[in-house]
Amino acid sequence: MSHDAMPGHDGIDWGEIRRRLAERQGPEYWRSLDEVADTPEFQELLHREFPEGATEWTDPVGRRQFLQLMGASLALAGLTACSSQPSDKIVPYVRAPEEVIPGKPLFFATAVTLGGCSVGVLVESHQGRPTKIEGNPLHPGSLGATDALTQASILGLYDPDRSQVVLRTGTPSTWNAFVSGLATQLDSGTQPQGGGLRILTETVVSPTLAAQLQAVLAKFPAARWHQFEPVSRDTVRAGARLAFGETVNTIHRVEAADVIVSLGSDFLTTGPGAVRYAREFASRRRAETPATALNRLYAIEATPTLTGGMADHRLVVRPDDLESFARGLAVRLGIEVGGHSWRPTPEQAKWVDALARDLAAHRGASLVVAGDEQSPAVHLLAHAMNRALENHGRTVVFTDPIEAVPVDQGESLGQLVADMQAGKVETLLILGGNPVYTAPADVPFAEALNKVAFRAHLALYEDETSALCHWHLPEAHTLEGWSDGRAYDGTVSIQQPLIAPLYGGRTAHEVASALLSDPRSGYDIVRDYWKSQRRSGDFETVWRKALHDGLIADSALPAKVPTWKGVIPAAPSVAPQGLDLVFRPDPAVWDGRFANNGWLQELPKPLTKLTWDNAALMSPAAAERLGVQSGDVVELTFAGRRLNAPAWILPGQADGTVTLHLGYGRTQAGRAGSGIGVNAYLLRTAAAPWGGSGLTLKTTSARSRLASTQGHQTMQGRNLVRMATAEEFRKHPDFARDPGDHGAGHQPSFYPAHKYEGYAWGMAIDLNACTGCNACVMACQSENNSPVVGKAEVLVGREMHWIRVDRYYKGGLEAPETVHQPVLCMQCENAPCEPVCPVGATVHSSEGLNDMVYNRCVGTRYCSNNCPYKVRHFNFLQYADDRTPSLALLRNPNVTVRSRGVMEKCTYCVQRINEARIQAKTHDRDIQDGEVITACQAACPSQAIVFGNINDPKSRVSQLKAHPLNYGLLTELNTRPRTTYLARLRNPNPALEQG
Amino acid sequence: MAQIFHRSTNVLAKVSIFGAVFILAGIGWAVGAFVRSPYVSGVGVAVQQPVPFSHKHHVADAGIDCRYCHTSVEQSSFAGIPPTKTCMNCHAQLWADAPMLEPVRESYRTGKPIEWVRVHKVADFVYFDHSIHVKKGMACVTCHGRVDQMPLTWRVNTLYMEWCLECHRNPERFVRPREQVFSMTWTPPADQAALGKKLVAEYKIQRLESCSVCHR
Amino acid sequence: MATHPETGPGMPSTPIVTPGYTYASVTDKISVIVLSGTTPLSWFAGFLIAFGLLQALLLGIGWTVVFGLGTWGINIPVGWGFAIVNFVWWIGIGHAGTLISAILLLLRQQWRTSINRFAEAMTLFAVSCAGLFPLLHMGRPWFGYWMFPYPSTMAIWPQTRSPLVWDVFAVSTYATVSLLFWYVGLIPDLATLRDRAKARALKIGYGMLALGWRGSAQHWHRYETAYLLLAGLATPLVLSVHTVVSFDFATSLVPGWHTTIFPPYFVAGAIYSGFAMVLTLTIPIRWLYRLDDFITMRHLRNMANVMLATGLMVAYGYLMEIFFAWYSGNPFEMFMMLNRMTGPYGPFYWALICCNILVPQLLWSERVKANVPLLFLIALVVNVGMWLERFVIVITSLHRDFLPSAWGMYYPTWVDWAIFVGSIGLFLTMLFLFIRVLPMISIFEMRTILPSPKPRPAAAPGAGPAGD
Repeated sequence: MSHDAMPGHDGIDWGEIRRRLAERQGPEYWRSLDEVADTPEFQELLHREFPEGATEWTDPVGRRQFLQLMGASLALAGLTACSSQPSDKIVPYVRAPEEVIPGKPLFFATAVTLGGCSVGVLVESHQGRPTKIEGNPLHPGSLGATDALTQASILGLYDPDRSQVVLRTGTPSTWNAFVSGLATQLDSGTQPQGGGLRILTETVVSPTLAAQLQAVLAKFPAARWHQFEPVSRDTVRAGARLAFGETVNTIHRVEAADVIVSLGSDFLTTGPGAVRYAREFASRRRAETPATALNRLYAIEATPTLTGGMADHRLVVRPDDLESFARGLAVRLGIEVGGHSWRPTPEQAKWVDALARDLAAHRGASLVVAGDEQSPAVHLLAHAMNRALENHGRTVVFTDPIEAVPVDQGESLGQLVADMQAGKVETLLILGGNPVYTAPADVPFAEALNKVAFRAHLALYEDETSALCHWHLPEAHTLEGWSDGRAYDGTVSIQQPLIAPLYGGRTAHEVASALLSDPRSGYDIVRDYWKSQRRSGDFETVWRKALHDGLIADSALPAKVPTWKGVIPAAPSVAPQGLDLVFRPDPAVWDGRFANNGWLQELPKPLTKLTWDNAALMSPAAAERLGVQSGDVVELTFAGRRLNAPAWILPGQADGTVTLHLGYGRTQAGRAGSGIGVNAYLLRTAAAPWGGSGLTLKTTSARSRLASTQGHQTMQGRNLVRMATAEEFRKHPDFARDPGDHGAGHQPSFYPAHKYEGYAWGMAIDLNACTGCNACVMACQSENNSPVVGKAEVLVGREMHWIRVDRYYKGGLEAPETVHQPVLCMQCENAPCEPVCPVGATVHSSEGLNDMVYNRCVGTRYCSNNCPYKVRHFNFLQYADDRTPSLALLRNPNVTVRSRGVMEKCTYCVQRINEARIQAKTHDRDIQDGEVITACQAACPSQAIVFGNINDPKSRVSQLKAHPLNYGLLTELNTRPRTTYLARLRNPNPALEQG
Repeated sequence: MAQIFHRSTNVLAKVSIFGAVFILAGIGWAVGAFVRSPYVSGVGVAVQQPVPFSHKHHVADAGIDCRYCHTSVEQSSFAGIPPTKTCMNCHAQLWADAPMLEPVRESYRTGKPIEWVRVHKVADFVYFDHSIHVKKGMACVTCHGRVDQMPLTWRVNTLYMEWCLECHRNPERFVRPREQVFSMTWTPPADQAALGKKLVAEYKIQRLESCSVCHR
Repeated sequence: MATHPETGPGMPSTPIVTPGYTYASVTDKISVIVLSGTTPLSWFAGFLIAFGLLQALLLGIGWTVVFGLGTWGINIPVGWGFAIVNFVWWIGIGHAGTLISAILLLLRQQWRTSINRFAEAMTLFAVSCAGLFPLLHMGRPWFGYWMFPYPSTMAIWPQTRSPLVWDVFAVSTYATVSLLFWYVGLIPDLATLRDRAKARALKIGYGMLALGWRGSAQHWHRYETAYLLLAGLATPLVLSVHTVVSFDFATSLVPGWHTTIFPPYFVAGAIYSGFAMVLTLTIPIRWLYRLDDFITMRHLRNMANVMLATGLMVAYGYLMEIFFAWYSGNPFEMFMMLNRMTGPYGPFYWALICCNILVPQLLWSERVKANVPLLFLIALVVNVGMWLERFVIVITSLHRDFLPSAWGMYYPTWVDWAIFVGSIGLFLTMLFLFIRVLPMISIFEMRTILPSPKPRPAAAPGAGPAGD
């Protein structure tokens, strides 16, 4: 499709338009494009838009026939007046046959880019409809897993609120009108060599786009290219420059580290390589035998992270103490530090001592990780310590930056704004991002923007920035357009589209090519670039393989050994005054770009379990002092700016520190995302992008209702998450077992035990690996067509997630131990839900599944009352959206969409089991171990979830269930759950244990 | 004093009291019969199609194999409705200008698919897979009847759950040798019971009665 | 609990009917309420109020059917709310009727005579109110018929291990038998009305319902047999129905539901609330229609005694719940009981203790039992208490069960309230219609307990006036 709508193909006469525009000047200029827009061609183009085409098959129940009818894929073609598959060539993934067999999905390898890093994924496609994102096992950054944001990004593709037409000052226009407008603008530029041209992008990790923009700069030498995104890694890059005098990309070899110190880092769940790191970390936490040596993780942080939750020891410090602590540790490790005056508390002193010993004892096998949001100094110190500990080249590897052109983005935006205010900017192209909303409060981007004569914005949504631009261009979704990108280690993946742009969106590549007035399809642009990169050999084979595998072989950046130039400066002597404010990207909506994504809005945030809101997170002690309850609205004043935000009490938060998550308080996000939460950017300054001290907090009388999915935080002394230290495990290997229970709970029952001749499905969840990152929750929602219910329903406890991650605290409020426990249907052998259903809508299957038959359910809800795990969810209202046509495309055709009044629950992804069974039978064999992978299991970065046939003693799940750490939840009820857990082990440092 | 009711009402009363039982029973039976009647189940009701396609002609007369058109029946849950191209393979030459086939030619010209009317429809929450049934020796005729005798296609079975279970509970009564699956004319031998048992064992046919086999 | 009128030692010899009445006068006094053309304004007033409340029910039902159960307060974990509370409450109230008519009949408690008809009617109406709720609380009530065993095209049957299925049978059986019992008991009186009615329409109407009753000896003989048989049939139902209803909870594993004491303690509670409701209704009607002569202090006193007795049984039940929670050593049980007393719903628990245990102790005093308004008040309080009991059982057990992560709260919505209040409206509406068109006291049975001119054997009721 990409090229058949390019200039010259849709019947608009270019010369004509140029001529007509050339005749006009000044204020009339804009109006004249309307006239162009009113041409029949324009009308025709408009009617190619999605909604019109969609209306003919909005019937939600027709979903499966639609799929199973051959004609359906063609019906889809009618949508954007081009085939459902891009007309460009695509190489299907090996697991699927080359040609489309109706009723059989295809898998395509592509990549998703977020926050300046790409990760490879496989996307499941049913007759041209992408329905599910999986990780790409071949991709180093994924290894088959994904994070929650990637999983949910597919919803964005079908979001009916996405912008659907080119807008010129708010009125519908055409892509061609824009291109000609741009051309005229550049021609009429007053400054030589395109001096008035500025391009603003987010962090660019696409070699192709970078090359294109470089070409643009070559064509317009006086033009400038700026990069800005709110969750940039400026401090990381700055730290590297301090240490090595150049920007380098740091890769951690987590599995090679015996001792890991996290300085306010959340490397296990956020940032480049997190998915990979989680896997590597977990690989060192599995106690195959009581003798196995585990790694040890120390976390020093001000605001709780999931990484901190996994730590064996967690030290809570004020944000500005963190740097001092790092200095102290560095000094203790014998690193030369220019001036160091730090008065550690006794506990901190003890920590420094213990850490130093432990690190020193593991030279070359230790790792110090500084958080992305930490100051350059902290990064410098981390580099210095890793160097002193001889970790460079062992647990820490350096390469050239993965960003095409690494810049200090804060600075870059500053320059742009300065230029705009100075009136130097005539033409501004904003390719992606939403700077009007995300720019720091003290950077008057919006005002400056108005000084620009020609401003265009390419974005998925018609957002805050689009509103202030003359031109808004619908952007093609990741799954709609061609591109490429570098992974955490530099590996290049080609981003290939699975569906032609539903809303006629374009990629940045196409805009750039318009700038270069060399119109080519996205496919040609990307392909030609890589062709040009390859001097020798048969490009075609390489290219096909790259698309097929989802990455370009050995494109990872080579490791390098940067020369040490680090000089550790004296500690800045700033006496912290008032409270500290800390900004963090939101675990669900990130920097706000996912604000209209219902899945993510309703995703309980890992630690607070909040949905549909952000809040000012504060420590219990502070809340007590101020007499603040969760939900009370407090007035935050920082750097002279005020913001009212609801408070939320978060155990483990540093006292006197308030954390705000970015990404809320959007005004033009869409129907789901606008007007919820508070806008943290209003307090954010260029100088303190991640917060600082000097915050004052006033209580107000207002309250706001926050929807949290977990009201109770402790286990009430119940033995739900079983824990011990590695030492205790060595002494009592069966501590996790129930007293007198040998293998998960076999008490007598009046009912005869079930017999399972064939398969008996079971699951084991390793609590040592589970970081609580929520990837499983999103994967489940995506796989099983789970609805979004909205804040009001969550408030009354009606969320519909089939798998939830329970979070419990252990120990004191100030620095508690955090444990996560994914809870899904336990598929009990003696399922309490089964005998109470009057109509037999939930029954035991021959393979031990606890089948839930939606179409038989009359909705007495007795099964849920009688479920001790409360994993059943009821459609109290018509939750499934059966009115939005585009969402019908998103559904997994192999899972029934549940209607009002029926109960639903986890099925162990029975559709996948059945598919595997049919495959096995048609080949006259048995289902192999690992052939059935549930959605949650597939997504889990740390492989905490293992599923399989427990009748097969050799299967991985059987082995785990035989493990001494294996235990069942609430087995005293004789439910005999098929889902069991591996008890959690801590590997504490004896030196820190006492006291 | 004067009687309000005539004698005859006694009889009436008696009859109505005892009759009630039978009347209720009758109603119950009637409802049962109704929901199983062609009026509801659509059994034996020929479906009008945009093109009056005759299986009788194509299968019996022309002797075309099922799989020539229903290509994916052995690999997919969905047997496959042939693309217009398949029709045109022959009808580009045969009956190339028969007015009856104009819709087909038009579809081929314009690229707009012919919208056939679905004959065998199961509810949305029922997941049926052709490939495995074929693989296990379930013949086309067993469910779809003698399409080779159907000028227009109609349904010969209700596709009700009770009908599915009839076979899922005792497959040996319906299974046939794999090589006969696509035969229209194969008739079960006298010792089908014996043959069935043998094939069930040979093809490892399970009695899959768990709900999640079809509902999920 | 059976206090034998004649021989009870130290019994005040209040007669069960004020002396001086003849067959004719009794018949007059009762049938005139129905047959007189003039209806007291008070009736209209009451009826209008009841009918108004009924509209709330219709609104609530409409709302629920159109928008779904989401309009109720229920959620996960509290999957059952007002609907089930009301269901159990109404079923319980329904018990007094059968008890009075069947068991007291078999026990030859003549004092039942003047209240049984009324109590039976109340039973029917209560049961029909109760019957609403199981259907309403379903997610897809239009498939409610799947609860019944019939040869469906799906070739599957109800899941008979589920107490909810037992419930369907228990309640429908109970409703049927109660209806028959009541109707059979009505036949002679319907005949009386037929004979005394002036308007032809009434004659025909009552005539058809009277099934050609002529009061011949043969009729009386058959009637007696049938009535006794039905009484025998109904007696076990008194025990069975609420036993089965209690199974709805007892067979689950929810702490607070999973107890063996439920069946007896539910039955006792049912009779308790039943008698409370009979009192609540008789006292005003007795006053309204000047029926003090037929429903004497003796009746009120006896009913009060039954209340006191069953109330004590219920109290014992509560006590045992607490004891077993402790004795079981089951942490979940212990927590449940603690949470029930001190948790967010604690006040409801103590209110129920107050209503069902403390207040009724007043009934030990004869002076209280002699004080009609006070008696009325106590009965009212017990009704409230019994509703609270069901609320506590259903909600506090569910809202905090096994996994703290899944705990929640339950707050009823206006729809819940509308349906609850509306069901009371339905009940009263039916009641008002009943007292208007049918004799609320069994005429012929009243005749049998009049001191008869000629000595007759203390035969079963109804034997007397044969052939009049």
